Amino acid sequence: MRTALILLFLLALGAIPGSIVPQRDVDPFAVGRWQDSHPTLTPIYEALGLFSVFDSAWFSAIYILLMISLLGCVVPRLKIYWRGMRARPPRVPRNLARLPESRSFVVAADPATTVEHARSVLRKKSYRVDVHPDGSVSAERGYLREAGNLVFHFSVLVVLVGFAVASLFGYKGGVIVVAGQGFSNSLSQYDEFVPGAMFGPDDLSPFNFTIDDFDVEFLQGGAQAGMPIDFSADVTYQESPGQPEKDQVLAVNHPLDLEGGSVFLVGHGYAPRVTVRDGEGNVAYQGPVVFLPQDASFASFGVIKVPDAAPEQLGFEGLFLPTYGFTMERGPYSAFPDALDPVLSILPYQGDLGMDSGEPQSVYELEKDQLDVLKKPDGSDFRLDIALGQTKQLPGDAGTITFDGVDRWVKLQVSDSPGKLIALAGVLLAIVGLLGSLFIRPRRSWVRVSSRDGRTFVELAGLDRSSGGDLKDEIDELEQLLQHTDGPNHSDDRNREKS
Amino acid sequence: MTTADFATFSNNAIAFASLVYVLAFLSHVAEFAWGRNVPVTALAREPLQVGVGGSTTSYDAAVQRVETFGRVGVSLTALACLLHLAGLVSRGLASDPIRVPWGNMYEFAVVGSFGVTVIYLLLTPKYKLRWLGLPVTSFAIVVLMLAVLLLYVPAGPLVPALHSYWLVIHVMAAATGAGAFAIGAMASVLFLVKERAERRGTVKTTGYIARLPEAKALDRVAYRVHAFGFPIWTFAALVAGPIWAQYAWGRYWGWDPKEVWAFITWVVYAAYLHARATAGWKGEAAAVIALIGFGTVLFNFVGINLFGSGLHSYSGLD
Repeated sequence: MRTALILLFLLALGAIPGSIVPQRDVDPFAVGRWQDSHPTLTPIYEALGLFSVFDSAWFSAIYILLMISLLGCVVPRLKIYWRGMRARPPRVPRNLARLPESRSFVVAADPATTVEHARSVLRKKSYRVDVHPDGSVSAERGYLREAGNLVFHFSVLVVLVGFAVASLFGYKGGVIVVAGQGFSNSLSQYDEFVPGAMFGPDDLSPFNFTIDDFDVEFLQGGAQAGMPIDFSADVTYQESPGQPEKDQVLAVNHPLDLEGGSVFLVGHGYAPRVTVRDGEGNVAYQGPVVFLPQDASFASFGVIKVPDAAPEQLGFEGLFLPTYGFTMERGPYSAFPDALDPVLSILPYQGDLGMDSGEPQSVYELEKDQLDVLKKPDGSDFRLDIALGQTKQLPGDAGTITFDGVDRWVKLQVSDSPGKLIALAGVLLAIVGLLGSLFIRPRRSWVRVSSRDGRTFVELAGLDRSSGGDLKDEIDELEQLLQHTDGPNHSDDRNREKS
Repeated sequence: MTTADFATFSNNAIAFASLVYVLAFLSHVAEFAWGRNVPVTALAREPLQVGVGGSTTSYDAAVQRVETFGRVGVSLTALACLLHLAGLVSRGLASDPIRVPWGNMYEFAVVGSFGVTVIYLLLTPKYKLRWLGLPVTSFAIVVLMLAVLLLYVPAGPLVPALHSYWLVIHVMAAATGAGAFAIGAMASVLFLVKERAERRGTVKTTGYIARLPEAKALDRVAYRVHAFGFPIWTFAALVAGPIWAQYAWGRYWGWDPKEVWAFITWVVYAAYLHARATAGWKGEAAAVIALIGFGTVLFNFVGINLFGSGLHSYSGLD
C-alpha cells in the first residue's frame, strides 16, 4: 500500500508539467510557438518528453508500475476474499466487555426465546448469523465492502483497456472547410491527422459531406455584446458513395455521428473571397482564403498567395476585420465579431513565393526571403484597406485586387474513439465499487444469553472492522431491539389492553 | 420583471447574503468570546437543565449566551444561504433564454460557496458541526467578496460551447464534490490543530481549541465528508466531464489543463483514502494529503481558469 501511495503521488506530480508546458496532442501550434521563443530549453524539454508528457516513457513507467502494484495488491486479496466471503462469523469472544462497544442487560423472556429473537433481529439487519449450542450468537455483515474495493481496483484496469483500444484503433483529424465546400474522408483532405498505433489510412470510412451553410449569431447589445450566442452548420452527408444523401444541423455539443467516425464542429472564422489580377490583366487567383481569428473580435490574420501572377508572383499578408474600426492609437481594428462592415487590411508583396523549392509551406504564412513589400512613392509600406466590393490598384502596375465577398469556414474535428464504451463502463463500475467500499460497514456483533436466578441476562458487543463507523449507534439500536424480546407479543398485549 | 431587473436583484441578493454571512460570522465570534472563560465541561451540559436542576454555577449566564449566539449564528447562516440561493436563481432568470446560473467563473464561485454552506447546514443537525460555523462563514464571505470584486461579469446568455444539459450535471456534481472537499479541508485543518494540542498536552479547559470535538471525532468528520465528496468528484470529473467532452470536442479525454488538474485532484484524494488505511500515514499525514487535495481543487479553479489556456476557459474575463 505504501508503494501504491508513493506511485499515486508520482502520478499526480508527473501530470503537472502536462498542464504547464504546451502539449503536442492538445495544441501543436502552441508547442511550435513555445519552441520558437525558448530555443535553449527546447532540446532539454524535448529529451525529457515534456511536450508529450502523457505518451512519455517515464509517465508510462509510473502508471505501469502503479498497475503492477495494483495487481500485486488485488490478486492475493481475491483469494483471501474468496475464503472470507464463505467464512462463518467468528466464535463469540470470551470476554465481551472488552470489545469497543458492549452492553449487558436483563430481558423478560426466557433464554431460548431470547436467542431465537436475537437471531431474527440480526438476520433482519442483514447479518450472517450463527447460533451456537451454548446459547450465544455470532453475527457478521458487510462482506460486500471488500468486494466493492476489489471491483473498484479491477475497473481501473478496465478503463485503461478502453484507453488503450482508443489509442490503438482510433484516430483524430482536423480540417477547415469553407461553407459551400465539401469534404470526403481520406487522409489527403485533412489539415492535421493523428492516427492510433494500429490505424491505417485504409481504415477510414468512406463518408463524405458538404457544408451547405453556416450561421452564427452574436449578442448585439448589452454588457456582453459581441459574445457568440449560437452557431451551427447545415450539412449534407453520405455514409458512403452511392448511399442516399441526408441532412443534419451540426453544432457545438451536437456532432454528426457516422459509421467509423464522428464529425464535431469546434470552431469557425472568415474566408474573404478575392480576385487578383496580375500585371498582364489576367485573373491569377479567385476564391475564398481562410483567415484565422486572433481574438474574440474575430480580427483574423491570413495570407493570400498568388503563384500564377505574372511577370512576378504576388503575395498578401494582413488582417481581415469583420467590422472595421479605426483610431489613431490602435490603427485599424475590429469593432464587432459579425461581418457588418468587412475590410481587408493587407500588405502586398512581390517576388518569389518560394513554393517551387519542394519544402512544404504553411498556407497561413508567407515565405518572405525572396519577397519585397510594395512601397508607396514616399517609401512607406503600401498598406491596402479594401472595403467589400472595392478593387484596389497595386503600385507599379503589379496588378489589382478585388474584395468580392465574405465566406465563412468551420473547423471540424473528425474522430473515432472505439474504446469509449469500455472506458465508460469501467468508470461506472469503479463508482459502484467505490460506493460499496466507502459506505458498506463491515461489522461483527455477538450476543451471549445466560440464565441466573431465573432471570435472562444478555451480553451484547460489537466490533467495527472499518474506520469511521457508527458502531455505538448500531449497538444502541440492537440493544433496543433485543430488549423487546417478545416484540410481537408486546404489541399483542397492548392491543388487548386497548380493546 | 425584465432580465435587467433579475440581474440587479441577483447582485443585490448576493451582496445582502454576504452581509448576513458577516453577521453570522460575528455571532459565532461572540459565541466563542462569551465562552472563552467557561470550562468545556460546563458548556457540554445542556444549559436549561443546569438551570432547572438547581445545581447552578457561576457560568450559567455565560453558557446561556454561548448557546444563544451559537444558534443565532447557524440561523443567520441559513438565512444567508436562502439569500444566496435567491441570488443564484435570479442570476439564471437574468438571461434570455433562462439558464443554469453557472456559466462563468463568477457564477462558479457563487455556486461553489453555496454548495459549501448547504452541505454544512444539512450535516449540522445530525453531526453537530456548529464548531465549523466560523470557518464556513469566513469561507463564504471571502469567496463571495473575491467573486464580486475580481470575477464579476454582467449576467448574459451562455457561450455556445455550454449549450448542453451536461452543463447542469457536470458543473453541479463538480461544485458539490468541491464543496464537500472544502468542508473536509476545514475539518482536516482543525483536526491537525487539535491533534497537535492533544499530543503536546496543551489543550486547556477553556478556549476555542478546547471546545472543538476531540481529534478522533474531527478526523471522522473529515473522513466522512471526503468519502461523500470523492465518488461525486469521480462522477463529475471522470464520467460526466468525459461524456460531455466526447459530444463537444470529439474526444472524451484529451489532457486539457483542466482535465489534468481534475485528474491530479482525483489522484490526491485517492491517495488520502489509501493513506487512511496505511500504517504510519493515518491521522496527520492523511490530513495533510487531504489539504494538498483541496489545494489542487483551488488551483484548478483559480489558476487554470485565469492563467491557463485550454478548452475550459470560461472565466468570461478578458
